[in-house]
Amino acid sequence: MDAKSFWDVLKSRDLTFFAGVPDSTFQQAYKYMVEDPEIRYVPAVREDVALGLASAAYFAGKLGGVMMQNSGIGNIVNPLTSFSLMYKIPVLLVIGWRGYGGPPNDAPEHWIMGVKSPEIFDLLEIPYEVPEPDQLADALDRLLAEIHKRSVPGALLIRPGVVD
Amino acid sequence: MIDRYKAIEKILAHVQPADLVLSTTGMISREVFSTSDRPGNFYMIGSMGLLSSFGLGLALMSPEQRVFVVEGDGSALMSLGTLPLIASEGPSNLVHFILDNESYESTGGQPTISSKVDLAEVAKSCGYRQVARVDDIESLEGALVAIDGKAGPHLILVKAGIAPVEGIPRVTIPPTEIRDRFRSSVQQRN
Repeated sequence: MDAKSFWDVLKSRDLTFFAGVPDSTFQQAYKYMVEDPEIRYVPAVREDVALGLASAAYFAGKLGGVMMQNSGIGNIVNPLTSFSLMYKIPVLLVIGWRGYGGPPNDAPEHWIMGVKSPEIFDLLEIPYEVPEPDQLADALDRLLAEIHKRSVPGALLIRPGVVD
Repeated sequence: MIDRYKAIEKILAHVQPADLVLSTTGMISREVFSTSDRPGNFYMIGSMGLLSSFGLGLALMSPEQRVFVVEGDGSALMSLGTLPLIASEGPSNLVHFILDNESYESTGGQPTISSKVDLAEVAKSCGYRQVARVDDIESLEGALVAIDGKAGPHLILVKAGIAPVEGIPRVTIPPTEIRDRFRSSVQQRN
């Protein structure tokens, strides 16, 4: 799906405050985001910093989002466990899924995390969805329902090619 | 050198009702809690290094409230990249305190590297609008008075002594209650 359609789905659910670290999985979506005056984006220096920033939105009555690559999941395990899950602070993680399917897909540095990404969220009992291009809205709505019901973070794992 | 708990008492004495106060994991949160517990305090009882980015997010989301971030040299060093991020976003309502005792006191007083690195100079070169480095209680008082009327982000580096205080209670409020009352304190102003 194109960048505009992607953001139309997110913005129509009042998702307009994001922090993150870029990923090539959604290069066009990133470009669209930083040019859209309706979206406030903070270019964080690390994924855990992005999580701290985006979580502040909850206290102002909104849901914040983190844009990141799955190689940064390791950087957020501590704040997910001793901040997000402990205080029950919801946040949306939008994650580019590099190394999907494992070797020989993608570059060697993505092979292990490419396989382990969903397993880490299973282990932490953090809900996630893997949207198809034409079913982003349904996947996001299921995820948001779970995020709000349990007051926890939730992840959209975006495979290469799903979003421009 | 200022005893850390005296610095905390002095900082908290300048907190206005609408201000948000965030404190880092370990002794600092315990001392803030036992000195002046209030709903507008957020005790970050885990996640060392996360406080400053959370504080930046709050300062951006709630620009009408002053956000006091109170952390130590260990946690500031752990997330040093957040300093230039705070400076580049530039929220005028953020007041960042680093209580610098050159050690990880909460885990037994092991040394950090801040005896060799001046974190006030780091903040200056990052682009904080106001930077003060204080090492006695009078200059801390002066820096606190000077916050008013000047746009931040502010960085106040407090050179503190290692001053273990026996018997400081842990934060006894359950995490979700800390969250709920803090959330009310933010939403009342928005």
